[in-house]
Amino acid sequence: MIRFHLDAASGVAPYLQIVQQVRHALRLGLLREGDQLPTVREVVSTVTINPNTVHKAYRELEYAGLVTPRPGLGTFVTGSLAGDVPAASYVRLRAGLVRWIEDAQQAGLDDESVEALVHGTLREHLRVTS
Amino acid sequence: MTSALTARGLTKRYGRRTALAECTLEIPAGRVVALVGPNGAGKSTLLNLAAGLIRPTSGEIEVLGDTPACSPDQLARVGFVAQDAPTYAGLTVADHLELGRRLNPRWDHRLAERRIDDLALDPRQKAGRLSGGQRAQLALTLALAKRPELLLLDEPAASLDPLARRELLQGLMTHVVDHGASVVLSSHLVSDLERVCDHVVVLTGSHVQLAADLDEVTGTHYRLTGDARDLDELPPGAELVHSTGTDRHRTVVVRSALPVVGDRTQVEPLGMEDVVLAYMARAASPAPRPDSPAEAVR
Repeated sequence: MIRFHLDAASGVAPYLQIVQQVRHALRLGLLREGDQLPTVREVVSTVTINPNTVHKAYRELEYAGLVTPRPGLGTFVTGSLAGDVPAASYVRLRAGLVRWIEDAQQAGLDDESVEALVHGTLREHLRVTS
Repeated sequence: MTSALTARGLTKRYGRRTALAECTLEIPAGRVVALVGPNGAGKSTLLNLAAGLIRPTSGEIEVLGDTPACSPDQLARVGFVAQDAPTYAGLTVADHLELGRRLNPRWDHRLAERRIDDLALDPRQKAGRLSGGQRAQLALTLALAKRPELLLLDEPAASLDPLARRELLQGLMTHVVDHGASVVLSSHLVSDLERVCDHVVVLTGSHVQLAADLDEVTGTHYRLTGDARDLDELPPGAELVHSTGTDRHRTVVVRSALPVVGDRTQVEPLGMEDVVLAYMARAASPAPRPDSPAEAVR
């Protein structure tokens, strides 16, 4: 089952962090249709957060058609974001990314520079291609 | 639905000193409320008035639709943990639970025992020999086992280390899920409460500065940074909270129901901690005299 973690310093609202983590997990195939999300009580007792924040995140995921609450049972994944990309492609791309990161580290880039380069390049690329 | 707490013109004076001045406030039920402000702002006074331990000098306060401590039933509906989590040093953990059981009509002994067990506290241990964190947990357990509709906690986490603080707040949130009580927590540490609360009351210098749902607080406050001349005039509908800086460069915090877009100034939405700090900073700077409103902008 997915475990949420909250980054206090990120500046992203906690409910949005939960939404994003579910969406990421769906996109990467870590969560599939039929999987159960942790109950509000489970989330609250692991990440010290207001229960309404969890309700809000789950409601937002429900509006997006990704999860469905089943009264008395819990909240279940009923949608998908994985699209037609097979899991093997993710594995291959991830391995390529790891090689690139190692390359960057050997070239002397620290974590922050790696992140800056990835974000910057991605933004630039999206701007050019869109 | 009745409010958890309603205050109208609530004032408490000790001799010449005003601890709480003309406090008007409505806290909806079902919320986890952060009552924040610097030391000496009047937080404890407000909580003590709500618990019925002291009476107002003037004005009115209602808790769960009734005068605080007006009847045994009203007392049973409110749980209060005073600052520093007072317990009886000479009594054991089990003695405390027994005391709670005999003194409270709605006492949930199973909840109390399960909590003590979960916390791995030895029932035979004397409260005086517990650590600060354990004592805070024992005091909270007594308040929770009353099964109150409203919990008032005065600086519950102030003297605890970060881990004990997190465990205390986790226990509290789990209780809210299980039993749905309203909670008012006071603290001078804002960062502690940002994640657990959904309603904020800022109290400084015995006055209420801000009282609103967290979504409203974080969605309506902006920090504008830029050339002082561009900030002389605020965006339409924006209300000044606090301003700092020099004659040339200035940082301004405003409250605005409409989204603020910067033309030549940099605009950032603010999180709860920054909003609270701005209100505290405003209260800490010399009060603007009524005859010179321009002072407020300096």
